[in-house]
Amino acid sequence: MSVGWKETPRSVLLKDGRLGLRHGPIDLIVAAQGDPRAVTGGYERVRAQFETILGDLVGELYLLRAPVGGGQPMPSGAIAGRMARIARRFPADFVTPMAAVAGCVADHMLGVLIGDGGLERAYVNNGGDIALHLAPGASYKAAICTDPTAGGHGGTIEVDWGDPVRGIATSGWRGRSHSLGVADAVSVLARDAGTADVAATLIANAVDVNSSAVVRQPANRLQPDSDLGDRPVTVQVGHLSAAEIDEALDNGERRVTGFVQAGLIEAAFLTLQGRTRVVGERPALLSPHAAIPRHGVDRHA
Amino acid sequence: MTTRAIKSGKIRCDACPVMCYIAEGRAGACDRYANEAGQLVRLDPLTILQRHSESGGELVPFLDGADDWDGGIVADGDTFITAVGAGTTYPDYKPAPFIVASQVDDADMITVVSEGIFSYCGVKVKIDTDRHLGPERAPVRVDGEPVGHVTTGEYGSQMLSLGGVNHLTGGGKKEGRVTCATLLALCNGGAVEMAIDDGSHLIVQAGRPPMVNGEVEERMRAGCGSAVVGMFASQWKGLVDEVVVVDDHITGVMSEHQAGKVIGWPASGIRIKGRRSTPGRYFNVAEPGTGWGGTDLADPLTIVGDFKTGVAEPGRSLLMVSTTGEHSAYYELDDALRPVEKRMPDALVKTIERIAENCEPALCSVVFMGGAGGSLRAGVTENPVRLTRSVRDALTKVTCGGAPAYVWPGGGITIMADVARMPENAFGYVPTPALVAPIEFTMRRDDYQALGGHMDHVTTLADAARGVTGRQNDHVLAGRRRVAADPQNPWPTNRERARS
Repeated sequence: MSVGWKETPRSVLLKDGRLGLRHGPIDLIVAAQGDPRAVTGGYERVRAQFETILGDLVGELYLLRAPVGGGQPMPSGAIAGRMARIARRFPADFVTPMAAVAGCVADHMLGVLIGDGGLERAYVNNGGDIALHLAPGASYKAAICTDPTAGGHGGTIEVDWGDPVRGIATSGWRGRSHSLGVADAVSVLARDAGTADVAATLIANAVDVNSSAVVRQPANRLQPDSDLGDRPVTVQVGHLSAAEIDEALDNGERRVTGFVQAGLIEAAFLTLQGRTRVVGERPALLSPHAAIPRHGVDRHA
Repeated sequence: MTTRAIKSGKIRCDACPVMCYIAEGRAGACDRYANEAGQLVRLDPLTILQRHSESGGELVPFLDGADDWDGGIVADGDTFITAVGAGTTYPDYKPAPFIVASQVDDADMITVVSEGIFSYCGVKVKIDTDRHLGPERAPVRVDGEPVGHVTTGEYGSQMLSLGGVNHLTGGGKKEGRVTCATLLALCNGGAVEMAIDDGSHLIVQAGRPPMVNGEVEERMRAGCGSAVVGMFASQWKGLVDEVVVVDDHITGVMSEHQAGKVIGWPASGIRIKGRRSTPGRYFNVAEPGTGWGGTDLADPLTIVGDFKTGVAEPGRSLLMVSTTGEHSAYYELDDALRPVEKRMPDALVKTIERIAENCEPALCSVVFMGGAGGSLRAGVTENPVRLTRSVRDALTKVTCGGAPAYVWPGGGITIMADVARMPENAFGYVPTPALVAPIEFTMRRDDYQALGGHMDHVTTLADAARGVTGRQNDHVLAGRRRVAADPQNPWPTNRERARS
């Protein structure tokens, strides 16, 4: 089939002053506050960089889809290199740099946006994985997604400039990437979005239980070029018993604790069939949310 | 864009450099392109209305893959391309995504189909209840944010005005976002919890009974207190010595009311605390509230003063009832002429049931209101004001997802449409924040040409239904969702309506 049209990188300045960028699977919302010249200059740089980042990543996709620890060379691209370095920090049986892709794109673009300063507050949100810049005194509020299908919010967290948190990422079996676990959503706070991204992926994989209610299929049957190969990924989670939910959350919590003790992340929010666990030092302020946007969850405040 | 079949069932998408292999029935990494039976499709279904004489009036959505659509046998008069899922060309100021030509009763018709981004929009909500929901002008809040206000009360109903540009973009960021989410949910048929300052807590959902302070409102009142007195006067005669119909608006008193007089109802000596309007009709008997008849009364005797000695006699009976029959009580006067509650005689119970029976089910109705701005009109014609005039002259008919739209008199194209008459999930949003609503303009081909229409971007209805898009369209539309037309709606291309 040929329809004579190809998606090119698209950027649009939204009416509220944020910048929207989309190319293939990358969907960024960029926001910056501060010296107007710094904002304009930052947006210009981000727009220019955006032209090439997907192409650059795709060029090294074969390296990025390979499990770490296999002795393969470091990728050379800025984002690809960051993905590989972060993935290698995590003690896991199996992880590929692709686990860090969304977060690392956000981190990289945030760096481009900040440039040589002048911004008080900025963020890059890549489909829910968020990289933050906070000048002294600034803070950032985010709603934690607990139901990716319906767009439900389970609570909000506030990141203060004094906190060692500049990255937020969410993973779960219903998300765009496949998961080995059953978590509805795992949101992680970490020093950068790439680290939060890998951690969220690995924690969501760990939130798991052996149950007849869980349907799994080999990843490569669903997505032929998946970096997960033929590992069984979750495609459906039926009603779990209270004991099964507890067991799955316990499994996830153990992994969170390990990551927190290793200094990799600050905190994680785990949600499974209406139950939530908060692990780490950050408090969660719960507030119900009324309505559900159709085009996905706007997770930034 | 080309796709190559790799193995059976798998295709390779080249919409972007990732070049995903996509298994059959699955989507690519972006979640926006999918493999449907070996075809690469974009996942924004376009909604097409189908008129079936045999259809029972239910909207029956079904996805039609390539197999399902029979490939071109489209009866023009019975098919209508709605703007639901059509996308928008905003802000590119180019022709609307679909400009569709069809034959209707031998006339060439053009329908311009676009999803409009409405920054100036909101909903009017009619809540069938006499209960006092909150003072007029009081803010209505969702999630603590003001999203609108209580507006003028109407017959048997309370009205809310929600959204509008001042809440969407004129207030705080959170206010805008919550307002947008509220409008979106209401327009798509969702339930929204809201609280009115100094008033009630509500759950509102189009086409459903309202929930007020945790209780479902089931009935709309049969009439105001005065009307209920009139409607049931002859049925009560002989069964009871006095009837007071308690209503926050007008409380009716049988023995003093004209309706009682004409059938010779004797005086009872009752005194009502309240401002008398005309005989037997009282305003302001109590404060508004969620008690008896929309007042704050828990005990209706609060509004009854001392009975007049010399007129009233011990043993005489009194019925007090609300305008929906939901509250009622029966009293008899003791030796000191004080009303004492007694078990209600069965004959009176039947009259209370009759009042309830005469009440219509209470519902919430949600009407979308928005203004079609410059860029949307530019998608229709190179000379946008001519579209406005054409709509004004009733040469061009406006529909929202195929549902009829009322066009306000005066300047611009400001429309209202009942969301319950539109296909499911007809609304979307953009983070601006603003609502995305479907809008179609239908007119004769010669009228379209005369108003400066984009004639070189016209697609035939058969092609559009097959999935062919105009050259102006950025969207590779996949899916077409056929839904049966709501038989209560006039058919969108019905010329009589457009020409009248």
